[in-house]
Amino acid sequence: MNRFQWGETTADHGESHITSQTGVALYDGNDKTNFVGGVLGLTTHRLMWKENYGKSTAICLPLSLVKSLEEQPSGFAKSAKIVVYLQEPVAGQPSGPASFSKYDFIRLSFRDSGESEFYRYFKQALQDKKWEDKVLPPSRPAQGGRHRPGIVGIERSIQQKQKQTDSSINQSFQDLKQLMDKAQEMVTLSKTIVSKIKDRQGDITEDETVKFKAYLLSMGIPNPVTRETHGTGDSYYKELARELASVLKKPIKECGGMMTVTDVYCRVNRARGMELLSPEDLLNACDLFEMLRLPVRLRTFDSGVKVLQLSNHSEEEVTHKTAHVVEENGSLTAEELAQLIGLSVILSKERLLLTEKVGGVCRDDSEEGLRFYPNLFLTKT
Amino acid sequence: MSSVEVPWQYSFPPFFTIQPNIDTRKKQLEAWCSLVLDQLKKDKNYSLDVNEAQKSIFSNKEINRKLSLDGIYMVLDELQKRGNLEWKDPKTKKECLVMWRTPEEWGKMIYKYITDKSMTNTVCTLFELSSGDETAGEEFHGIEQWLLIRALKTLENDGKAELMKFGDNEGVKFF
Repeated sequence: MNRFQWGETTADHGESHITSQTGVALYDGNDKTNFVGGVLGLTTHRLMWKENYGKSTAICLPLSLVKSLEEQPSGFAKSAKIVVYLQEPVAGQPSGPASFSKYDFIRLSFRDSGESEFYRYFKQALQDKKWEDKVLPPSRPAQGGRHRPGIVGIERSIQQKQKQTDSSINQSFQDLKQLMDKAQEMVTLSKTIVSKIKDRQGDITEDETVKFKAYLLSMGIPNPVTRETHGTGDSYYKELARELASVLKKPIKECGGMMTVTDVYCRVNRARGMELLSPEDLLNACDLFEMLRLPVRLRTFDSGVKVLQLSNHSEEEVTHKTAHVVEENGSLTAEELAQLIGLSVILSKERLLLTEKVGGVCRDDSEEGLRFYPNLFLTKT
Repeated sequence: MSSVEVPWQYSFPPFFTIQPNIDTRKKQLEAWCSLVLDQLKKDKNYSLDVNEAQKSIFSNKEINRKLSLDGIYMVLDELQKRGNLEWKDPKTKKECLVMWRTPEEWGKMIYKYITDKSMTNTVCTLFELSSGDETAGEEFHGIEQWLLIRALKTLENDGKAELMKFGDNEGVKFF
């Protein structure tokens, strides 16, 4: 029994499965063992016994250790057996279920029969001596032997995996770092361009300067206000608010006088490039618009949607226009209005709600969704 | 709905959504109230079952809209505030009496009829008033007993009539 070793049922390189038989018990010489009623498998290299088909670990006996076989026919209350005579165990073999045995043979007890067939295959396999065929293993790393059983083996494989992830993470961060270095260069470049323009104010016409500055602005903010340049307190938010107002004035006008704060956040951060703003900083800066008398205002709708709008933005005009559009089309949903006037759905909805508030439209809330109609209740008698 | 003339609101989808705007809602409820009263008046109906009304008067299958139960109660409460409606059981609020004319108005109408026919100082039974042959053409013909009594009570308060009882019959004497 001490010739058995722990192993996996997956076939090694050059090894192939021959047959297997259920209901087999192992005897250590003449003594019974705990290995009862399992599955006995035979490959070109090994004899394997496992508890049931689902198991992937087994105890294995290399066929090279088998000296000879003998059949024992079944008798009264005795199942048929195959006696396997074994050679002396090789020194330093992998660990197995038993470290010592007084016998130099084991017996395979076939309680579900099938012994004669198994005996035939077994004999054939011993004659073929496939395990002696030298098959060159594929270029497998020499260190991590296929089965390194036990906890040590598992630990080692985990360690190896960790090493791999470590190195791949390191690599990717290196890429990122390079990108950041490059970006820093780009920022400095744009800064120098700006300063050059300032220096040469006289050389190029005012028109061109303005145009070029506009280009720069649409690409990004050349000198973003950061905590590094403006400290952390009020002055930072104040400067930030000024920057936001000057950058956003034009785009907000283009969007019809109103822009959601989420849109603003995306736009501003795209323009700032590397010096990203946190949503909190943005909101804090927006709160200061009114105090600094900047041409942009933060406004929160009843629904909780926050927008920035120009301070000269006239609500009356908007509601009037919206009511007019609804009237022209008979009835509109927020989505339809958004398409018609080229505004985001959220803002369209806010417009409709605002118009409803002043009595310009009325709602029809059905399974088909929220639809707005001209307010005939007030206009038609 | 079997009414002949339907108000324009009835085919206006927003009519079936209670409007959040207060001014708009006021107009909307007004329209609903007169719609309900007109309809019941046309059918000479004096009571309303909420469940039934939900399927008939408060819904329009043509435009696939119906007023929500909350909305219906809002309309009925408004009617109650105006004195046109009384719940049969204020706790369950399932059925209500609808007076598309107030008892006072009915009383005045009946009194006018009596004086026109110079029937003051005579006694007539309630049955005669509501279902008698002589009143067949009058608007209060077919009026339900409870409402008739209430109308006459208003006259009694004004000293224009007196309700009396003889045996099973109830009668009224006008002054």
